[in-house]
Amino acid sequence: MTENARETMEFDIVVVGGGPSGLAAAIRLRQLVPQATVCLIEKGSEIGAHILSGAVIEPRALDELLPDWRETGAPLNTPVTEEAMLFLTENRGYTVPLLDRVMPHMRNHGNYIVSLGDVCRWLAGRAEELGVEIYPGFAGADVLVEDGRVVGVVTGDMGIGRDGEPGPNYAPGMELRAKYTLFAEGCRGSLTKRLMAMYNLRKGVDPQTYGLGIKELWEVPAEQHRPGLVQHSFGWPLDDRTYGGAWMYHFGENLVSYGFVVGLDYPNTWLSPFDEMQRLKLHPSFRSTFEGGRRIAYGARALSEGGIQSIPRLTFPGGALIGDTAGFLNVPKIKGTHTAMKSGMLAAEAVAEAMEGGRAEPTSYTARVRQSWLWEELRGVRNIRPAFARFGMKGGALYSGIDAMLLRGRAPWTLRHRHADNEVLESASASPQIAYPKPDGKITFDKLSSVFLSATNHEEDQPVHLKLRNDALWKTVNWDVFRAPESRYCPAGVYEAVDVETAPRLQINAQNCVHCKTCDIKDPAQNIDWCTPEGAGGPNYPGGM
Amino acid sequence: MTVLVFLDHESGVIRQASRSAVTAARALGEVHALVTGDAAVADAAARIDGVAKVLRAAGAAAAHELAEPLAAVIADLAPAYSHIVAASGASGKNVLPRAAALLDVQPIPDVVSIVDADTFVRPIYAGSALATVKSSDAKKVLTVRASSFDPASAEGGAAPIEQVTVPEGPAVSEFVSIALSKSERPELESARVIVSGGRGMQNEENFKLLNPLADRLGAAIGASRAAVDAGFVPNDYQVGQTGKIVAPDLYVAVGISGAIQHLAGMKDSKVIVAINKDPEAPIFQVADYGLVGDLFEILPQVEAALDTAG
Amino acid sequence: MKVLVPVKRVIDFNIKPRVKADGTGVETAGVKMSMNPFDEIAVEEAVRLKEKGIATEVVAVSVGVQQAQDTLRTAMAMGADRAILVLTDVAVEPLGVAKILKALVARESPDLVLLGKQAIDDDMNATGQMLAGLLGWAQGTFASKIEIADGKAAVTREIDGGLETLTLTLPAIVTADLRLNEPRYASLPNIMKARKKPLETIAPADLGVDVTPRLTIVSVAEPPARQQGIKVESAADLVARLRNEAKVI
Repeated sequence: MTENARETMEFDIVVVGGGPSGLAAAIRLRQLVPQATVCLIEKGSEIGAHILSGAVIEPRALDELLPDWRETGAPLNTPVTEEAMLFLTENRGYTVPLLDRVMPHMRNHGNYIVSLGDVCRWLAGRAEELGVEIYPGFAGADVLVEDGRVVGVVTGDMGIGRDGEPGPNYAPGMELRAKYTLFAEGCRGSLTKRLMAMYNLRKGVDPQTYGLGIKELWEVPAEQHRPGLVQHSFGWPLDDRTYGGAWMYHFGENLVSYGFVVGLDYPNTWLSPFDEMQRLKLHPSFRSTFEGGRRIAYGARALSEGGIQSIPRLTFPGGALIGDTAGFLNVPKIKGTHTAMKSGMLAAEAVAEAMEGGRAEPTSYTARVRQSWLWEELRGVRNIRPAFARFGMKGGALYSGIDAMLLRGRAPWTLRHRHADNEVLESASASPQIAYPKPDGKITFDKLSSVFLSATNHEEDQPVHLKLRNDALWKTVNWDVFRAPESRYCPAGVYEAVDVETAPRLQINAQNCVHCKTCDIKDPAQNIDWCTPEGAGGPNYPGGM
Repeated sequence: MTVLVFLDHESGVIRQASRSAVTAARALGEVHALVTGDAAVADAAARIDGVAKVLRAAGAAAAHELAEPLAAVIADLAPAYSHIVAASGASGKNVLPRAAALLDVQPIPDVVSIVDADTFVRPIYAGSALATVKSSDAKKVLTVRASSFDPASAEGGAAPIEQVTVPEGPAVSEFVSIALSKSERPELESARVIVSGGRGMQNEENFKLLNPLADRLGAAIGASRAAVDAGFVPNDYQVGQTGKIVAPDLYVAVGISGAIQHLAGMKDSKVIVAINKDPEAPIFQVADYGLVGDLFEILPQVEAALDTAG
Repeated sequence: MKVLVPVKRVIDFNIKPRVKADGTGVETAGVKMSMNPFDEIAVEEAVRLKEKGIATEVVAVSVGVQQAQDTLRTAMAMGADRAILVLTDVAVEPLGVAKILKALVARESPDLVLLGKQAIDDDMNATGQMLAGLLGWAQGTFASKIEIADGKAAVTREIDGGLETLTLTLPAIVTADLRLNEPRYASLPNIMKARKKPLETIAPADLGVDVTPRLTIVSVAEPPARQQGIKVESAADLVARLRNEAKVI
């Protein structure tokens, strides 16, 4: 059996995932316990390949982790100099006045517009200098558990054929054993999902609620580039029942990061986040920036929007959850990098303490989180996202203004998340259809030419990594009731309903998958299981993304 | 300026690509042709329009266009020439860089356009970009893309033929055998014509309906990723960014919508034909000739038209 | 028998290169780099020769920037025994690389130099042939099969329209084509072990080689976009046009 062929390596700590939280944890561990062996694996082909974010980042956590970052070449080069929040109607954009007062979370003074992928590449370099062993191209495929304690992970097998049989290049996965394993998989981690079930980590907390972020990177003519400008919008083209909005950041050498987030608790099955994102570029408040520019990259990623109500138990024997797989995003700020990094650093401190005391569970992590600015920050904004779910976009905006100006985040109540995102989708017959404009090939594009710009690739000959738990459910639920919502919410064209006039069936183009995890979240019957494909597969986001 | 063009031949017939190299070389100066093989090859070279002189490297050492003796011959002849040119085929690419090394020259392969005597345009990154490069070498060694230059006429010239001697040297390589492929179905990468099917073929059985058309055109058969994913044909049929990148003279896309991954693999084809029932399919944006309709009706009609006209 | 395998770090084959807006080249900053796929095939073949007991040592060489170390580590993870990095920030042309390799051949005395037939960035397809020319060694380019016995290498080559077999007297240069083999994965255990294999760094000047480029890049541009063609009305019309207008059948 393959079990016997597996090689094993022992470390003090294994970190699964090379994003901001995983890298921050690894760096902190080597700072605190220089003799500890720390191994970090990343499913992307290199560090940064799967990192997708706006991104405006707050340097607070970085200041604490690597105070010398300014002198050591960290790629935080464009400070925010100008910002605007727009409320959009179909043809006009209204600037929200007194932004500092009504939306204090949006204040970006002192923050930087960055490529988070580039920041991670830089962090990885620092981590390696500190002695962290980093192995990109290897996915954590399974959790190793012995006597109720997590003792590491198994990396994915390589060279398994489409039929599930080992091919000529078969290389079995490796057991990476560790005293402590930190799961830094990002939103909706596939191993995290198993840990949550195994250790019942979600007991007593609200369901997690998610958003889907879709991003494009543009290079625009110099005269249209306003470095340091941060522009956000809400309103059109989404209806009042759908949470979301757009961002546009000018940074670097004539680069513009444009993106759109849709709350995955949207009810209309006909909604296509991708097409919403495309058509918003045609709005007068955005269009002029893109005229004459060229789109150079595309990608998508889900994010956790539940806030503290939805954060699960963070530790279990042998490890902890860090970053967005636990759900530390600050939604009104639309920032999660500083909180993710902080959570990784706090977990590292807890692990260092547990290791010294010989304890299996780094339990002090939870208390450290609760005593930190991270908790204070997330607690202050806890009611804003659920207010949008409850009162709609306009009501939610009003609530958040009141919350900010009068309550200052100290409301004595906590609004709950009442439903998981997959539960609120309404049937095709009950949902109004949406007519999206055709792509013009200059400012708006189709899905496949977009996916092409994500440089996504998966080894052809491997089992499909998107599995239906029950094949029959697709026809009776997804098709008959909802008319294949996956063909619309998937931003990469993975899911296609084919032969719809004769015998509808689902075609899964797994090769296109950009690893956003939306299908795992939004499938109405939770029938789609996102598993890790062969390591190094997925998008290859370039520098600047 | 005088230019030396190495003309390669297959079974005694000078390749058409080499006649394209003659056209490219004429833009640079008077053309002298270097050939190997028997006298008939030299005679054919002498008749090519635009060739002013033929140099024949005869004898066993020069047979089979082995790189070691041929590069030595070229290096010996080089002082009389400003440029040394060959077609970008397997033979030219085998021999010319070696000759360039003997001359301490950096060769310029795959030239698609000649700007001036020192400056040339060539594709890089598998054609994703075109680089214009200027050489500071006193002598230029180039291979040229046949598809970018019309072949010189095979007839019309009457050049004198001179024998050149092949320098003596230790025979470090030896010809053993040659096996030219005779398969009825050419391989995708080297086919002149490709017929490709997409998901519109509907199933594995229907996919075989492409065979009669491919037979008539002497074409290789390819497929889109959607057709491969759907299991109509094996992986190695796949044309596209993640499959094979092809650039035949004629590419016939049948029931292929034209996903960007597919277009990336065939957009450099000289002529593209698309047959699809959806008039909005992106494939029509790159097709030179589009035919909208039910492929199952159209395929037999095309076959019939080929039979009639042929 | 010692095998020298030169490898090059290039933009990963999955990435579509982007021409810089100023036309000076292709964007490489922050772009994923990997070993040139043809060189991977060469490494695989060398490692197989070692596994068959024909080769005794496989030495990987790269000419390039510091990060080319990663490429050499990959070669060692695949099975190369040690590596040499000739460190330079200059984009060295095939002629310069061939001169560097010639100097290394003098130092290492390999019996076989096995390399990819071309790099997928500049698509030059020249280094192997040029090295063979400089050394006066036999060359077997575009190899789809290699058999070594009695101081000779039988090399099957991919030529226009078929295959050709040559016998080369060793030492010789062989360049790998796509069908020579399917390279193995660099497995995680082997990547870990490769970290401990020796990697030596030297400068071109240490080898006494001048690598000044002979070609200057005047400009780099995107190829012109394909123009949309016409819709034809019938199969007969299509065939007639292919025959008379496009002249492709």
